[in-house]
Amino acid sequence: MSDPLAIEVKGLRVEYGGRAVLRNVNLQVRAGEVMVIMGGSGSGKSTFLRHLLGLEKPAAGEIRILGDDITQMSWAQMLELRKKMGVAFQSGALLGSLTVGENILLPLREHTRLDESTMRIMMRLKLDVVNLPGCEDLMPSQLSGGMIKRASLARAIIMDPKLLFLDEPSSGLDPVVAAAIDELILKLNEAGMSMVVVTHMLESAFKIADRIAVLGDGEVLVSGTIDEVRASKDERVQALLNRREKHEELPPEEYLKRLTTRPEART
Amino acid sequence: MTARTWVENIGRLTVEGVTEMGLGAALLAESLYWLAAGPSQKQPVRVTAVLQQAMEIGIKALPITAVLSVAIGVMVSIQGIHTLKIFGAESQVTLGVALSVTREFAPLITGILVAGRSGSALAARLATMKINEEISALTVMGVSPVRYLVAPALVAMMIVLPLLTWFSDCIGLAGAGLYISADLGMQFGAYADELRNVLAVDDVMHGIGKSVLFAMLITIVGVVNGSIVTGGAEGVGRVTTRSVVHAIAAIVITDMIFAFIVTR
Repeated sequence: MSDPLAIEVKGLRVEYGGRAVLRNVNLQVRAGEVMVIMGGSGSGKSTFLRHLLGLEKPAAGEIRILGDDITQMSWAQMLELRKKMGVAFQSGALLGSLTVGENILLPLREHTRLDESTMRIMMRLKLDVVNLPGCEDLMPSQLSGGMIKRASLARAIIMDPKLLFLDEPSSGLDPVVAAAIDELILKLNEAGMSMVVVTHMLESAFKIADRIAVLGDGEVLVSGTIDEVRASKDERVQALLNRREKHEELPPEEYLKRLTTRPEART
Repeated sequence: MTARTWVENIGRLTVEGVTEMGLGAALLAESLYWLAAGPSQKQPVRVTAVLQQAMEIGIKALPITAVLSVAIGVMVSIQGIHTLKIFGAESQVTLGVALSVTREFAPLITGILVAGRSGSALAARLATMKINEEISALTVMGVSPVRYLVAPALVAMMIVLPLLTWFSDCIGLAGAGLYISADLGMQFGAYADELRNVLAVDDVMHGIGKSVLFAMLITIVGVVNGSIVTGGAEGVGRVTTRSVVHAIAAIVITDMIFAFIVTR
């Protein structure tokens, strides 16, 4: 029997101002696996993630998170689901007016009735997990890029979520810190968390992924194990894996027409 | 600019304006919802957040409010004495000063001051938080940004601005009294007695009532501008300036409408 699904996306379509950014995206994330979403700049990775998180409503399609279709859920229904989800944003998104410790405590303070000393112990435990012991009294502005990512991760796991979303967890970090973050992701996965990791870092993706989905031109170009993705015949996937820019070959007449025609008249 | 572009621009600006007013109304309604229903949903508006905002908006604004209020009191006295001298009635200046300060100048100048100081700070804070994805972070943590950020600011503003206006009344009238005593050779005690005779509770409440409306406007204008930010630091600067201009315009226009409805 196959693993139950943590996430199931069916026929997702996202439009901005009438322009389709994502078209008929289908994806499944099994419980307990690390699914890495890859793609070049402008491929729709961040848009896809924002829809998985329920921050935006799609034009069409279904997004089932832990069995519930979040496109049909109210704020109150989403609240219960959000308690089972953790998110670490690319920028960290720590609240600048709170200390690191207060940031990590925020979900506990809002959603539990634990006493202060218990919450503080849990916060220090998570800081230890992400290797930031003793940093609870620092302000986010006093942290380095790597420390912000770790603190953000500590906040994301403070409620022991079933599902963890990480947006570019190792981008902008030096190779040593990036490798440490990857190790941390694997350690958390071993503890049973299902994960969706958005990244464009190939080394990191190949190290942490159980499966990879490659987005491009608003759709899933390929999804599968690392070997399946590597074996893909899609030239856009190969361009991404081999770090080649995709060059479009156009006949001279077509190229001239493109230069001299207004964008809306081209289609 | 062609006539068509001009009409298109007017149409676009109208749609944007109506959209922003709708957003403001929705934010106000959602704030009131969380204030009323938050405790029953175990999602209360935190008193500590309200106190923190009240401290920022109110206590820290006391010195500058005092300075401006004294200046306004003295200025109204100078103009009042100058005008009434024409009729030889400068001894009647207390009535004019009392009504002008409590009904108009204290609420107006306090509102403008708070719009420039705290309304802009609110817009800048929310805009920065939006750009840094802090608003999205709150949402995915299951914390309503309206409950966590907007409702405390709204409550604090609606408590503190009337208190600041009352403070401005007192300081402005005291400043006016000092000038009138010095210029007309009137005892300060006599000025205070005359003030008690000419000033009704209704006059003070007229100004306080307006300040409650101003508080609502300043908060909503700041929040709407903060939440529609696009771009980076430049966007934050743009919405902050826009927030001050819109809030002051809203205050002055509301003041006129309030005076028209209540005074005539």
